[in-house]
Amino acid sequence: MTLAASLTEAGNTSAGEAVVFWVLAPLMVLGALGLLLSRRTVHVAVSIAGVMVGLAILYIAQEAHFLGFVQVVVYTGAIMMLFIFVLMLVGVDASDSLVETLSGQRWIGVLAGTGLGVLLVTAVTRASFAAPQGLEAANADSNPVGVSRLVFGDFVLAFEATGALLVTAALGALILTHRRRLGRKVGQRETADARVLGGGRLTPLAAPGVYARHNAMDVPALDPYGNPIEESVSRVLRIRGQEAAAEEFAMRELSEADLVPEDQHLETTEDVPTTEEGGEQ
Amino acid sequence: MSLTNYLVLATLLFTIGATTVLLRRNGIIVFMGVELMLNATNLALVTFSRIHGNLQGQVFAFFVMVVAAAEVVIGLAIIVSIFRTRRSASVDDVNLLRN
Repeated sequence: MTLAASLTEAGNTSAGEAVVFWVLAPLMVLGALGLLLSRRTVHVAVSIAGVMVGLAILYIAQEAHFLGFVQVVVYTGAIMMLFIFVLMLVGVDASDSLVETLSGQRWIGVLAGTGLGVLLVTAVTRASFAAPQGLEAANADSNPVGVSRLVFGDFVLAFEATGALLVTAALGALILTHRRRLGRKVGQRETADARVLGGGRLTPLAAPGVYARHNAMDVPALDPYGNPIEESVSRVLRIRGQEAAAEEFAMRELSEADLVPEDQHLETTEDVPTTEEGGEQ
Repeated sequence: MSLTNYLVLATLLFTIGATTVLLRRNGIIVFMGVELMLNATNLALVTFSRIHGNLQGQVFAFFVMVVAAAEVVIGLAIIVSIFRTRRSASVDDVNLLRN
């Protein structure tokens, strides 16, 4: 893949690259702010995945084609998937607590973050860099070839060390998540016996929604007396607070107004309040 | 457009990542903040590589990615094992060593 010469004589980028940058940079900063401000962890993961894809495009625009593709494969493909996997394992409802254990931590954090930002941006904008040289010469044999010459040449020792690091990390993850069995293995037989002995509920839980007026996951089922069964709604929905209000779907006492004759009941809708108007027409 | 714009973007992303680490309490989100900081550093390394006209910066960024992958594996394993024992992913709840 060859791109047009991307740096002008004065060391500036081409107009196309500037457009790419100014479209992507605000989006990436917005995605990163989503990491800071979003309440739901899944939204955070998605916005960070967007930031990483944007970074990959910027790498490719900056003549680092190999790194751009590695960024997509490793970060969005592997690392973010791992994050989302652990999110599902830990529970999507694990949202942030707003209780401050250290008093004033939020303001100190905001102050420290702003200070760091101002300091870094000032340092970067006031520093004078050498005239950008571009990577035309270094990428003469295509970028992956140039990078691999360095990785397997000058940096081969570091490369071997990262191999050892990866093996160690895989072993460490295995050991950290390994649980040693302390008691006897609890199988299906033992679980069933314990449940019968415990005197708890033996039958399956009622399915949500089927006996109610709406057939949906978040509507609790009604028992034969018309009372809603709370535990028929999924535990996850109950923790998230996304279940529908049970009282709304419970059977109500029939009042006088509800007891209309059959033929009128079919004609009238809720928009027409009285039956006399229908009679005049 | 000057190449400094890339560096400013990298510092902005780094700052947002660092502020996330300071402010958020969910361990997974804090960890994503660390990842964002590493990514911002990679962007700066790639830009410096272009300024200097050699590929060493890109090789550094490549090694940063490898180490980040190993770090994510270990960090998420730690978060999972903490969650198993404490039933919480909040970094404030990990205070077993207090007192």
